[in-house]
Amino acid sequence: MNTGRRTILQRSGGLAVMGLAVSAGLFKPGSAWAQGSWNKAAFETKSVNDTVKALGGAAAATESKDIVITSPDIAENGAVVPFTITSKIPKTESIALLVEKNPNTLAATFNIPEGTEPGVQTRVKMGQTSNVIALVKADGKFYYVGKEVKVTLGGCGG
Amino acid sequence: MADPMKIRAAMAGDKVEVKVLMSHEMETGQRKDSKGATIPAWFIQNVTATWNGKTVLSAEWGPAVAKNPFLSFKFAGGKPGDKVTVTWTDNKGDKRTDEATIT
Repeated sequence: MNTGRRTILQRSGGLAVMGLAVSAGLFKPGSAWAQGSWNKAAFETKSVNDTVKALGGAAAATESKDIVITSPDIAENGAVVPFTITSKIPKTESIALLVEKNPNTLAATFNIPEGTEPGVQTRVKMGQTSNVIALVKADGKFYYVGKEVKVTLGGCGG
Repeated sequence: MADPMKIRAAMAGDKVEVKVLMSHEMETGQRKDSKGATIPAWFIQNVTATWNGKTVLSAEWGPAVAKNPFLSFKFAGGKPGDKVTVTWTDNKGDKRTDEATIT
């Protein structure tokens, strides 16, 4: 588990308000802090397979050529790496972006209602050179495609 | 209170292309300050975009999304003059809603 969390709590003891906020946010799923259905479990996973499970996938995802990740092959600055993910799979319901070697694998999920194009563009942080995986849920099944992105300067940690 | 978002919604063919630039620190909770104390995580968790009361995109984010997040997507059905509203909520419960008119 993330030992850093304990440290945060201990050190913020003096900052009572902050300590409360952090503990409420991290340890009380279902409280007001977790509203808007933020999938805490999924965002705490450390591997691709665990993330798929936490997002509700029973079987391992299938690789698909119908998902396209557009990003630089080499990112000079890991703090801002632009990604465009497009899915051509019919009935795409959601798109997730996973960075395998980040402290937590899952970076973002997007729910695509009917009428919205199954494609999103966003920017994420990458701690180091890593495989990046686009995970698409379509018609209840999971599909993925991966791509390696090299990072010259990491964007996590200090 | 957080700074306003910059939202642009423009027709791109028969779809509406929405581009959103949010102003947020997106602190990961991994970094340490000069004294070695961990800086607590502070990031946007939920983003919802609506058009005419219908959700056209919703997202859940982790702290890995870059500082001052950018988001772009397209949806069908909108026309010039309609409004697109975007709301985000962060892990401290702070909230921000802004809207833009489709051009």
